[in-house]
Amino acid sequence: MVYLTRKCEFSASHYYHNPEFSAEENQRIFGKCANLNGHGHNYTLEVTVKGDVDPKTGFVVDLKALKEILNREVLDALDHRHLNKEVPEFLQQIPTTENLAIAIWNRLQGKLHVAKLHRVRVYELPDLFVDFYGEA
Amino acid sequence: MKVHLTRRYLFSASHRLHRDGLSESENQATYGKCNNPHGHGHNYALEVTVSGQVNPQTGMVCNLVDLDGAVHREVLDRFDHENLNARQEFVATVPTTENLSEVIFNILKQSFTAAHLEKVRLEETMMNSFEYAGGADLRV
Repeated sequence: MVYLTRKCEFSASHYYHNPEFSAEENQRIFGKCANLNGHGHNYTLEVTVKGDVDPKTGFVVDLKALKEILNREVLDALDHRHLNKEVPEFLQQIPTTENLAIAIWNRLQGKLHVAKLHRVRVYELPDLFVDFYGEA
Repeated sequence: MKVHLTRRYLFSASHRLHRDGLSESENQATYGKCNNPHGHGHNYALEVTVSGQVNPQTGMVCNLVDLDGAVHREVLDRFDHENLNARQEFVATVPTTENLSEVIFNILKQSFTAAHLEKVRLEETMMNSFEYAGGADLRV
């Protein structure tokens, strides 16, 4: 079993707001992320897949195919977008880094036919990242 | 949905690796330049990983303000710009980064309860790092 990680970057804007909370609660819980004008990040995404090395190619997964899936399923939908307004998962859900990692996992799961998705890691900042392993 | 969240912090401290029970030459042989008599310093990078279910109301595993507060109060205020050998945490042990990782994990396990503490990872330099998960196996 070999683990392979592909890294890519995207930039997006978002804000944190729960309509069930009062204005004061939103401010207290989400701090400066609650500003409804939004703000942006350069996100780094690391996708780790696992599988056996194909003896004919020496690959766990065809990197070109993996890159195309990442571009199509994730980057085209998220890069240079406003997450709250343009990404269907976040019309009803707060686009925290936690929820973003889960959403990216769900977008990729089932699209990888050779290797198995192992981990999605999303860096919101160099000092903050979230890992999702598909666990309930 | 169980999610792991990692936050990175920086602090600077000095230490000297030396055991009173060893002779001068044994200390030198064991710890090399880390045994030089007046100590030396590092810029440590600490990564704290916590896990838990994502709260559907907030979208968060835990509030980062609470995690930052606990790490600043319990770890950074304690060790930043300090001599580790002079700290009471290292009265009986050598302040290697292995031991420091374990000390920090145990401090945070006690003081931060808003999410499950998975592990701490401590970089002593850009070339070496140490991870401690309270005795549990580390995850890829």
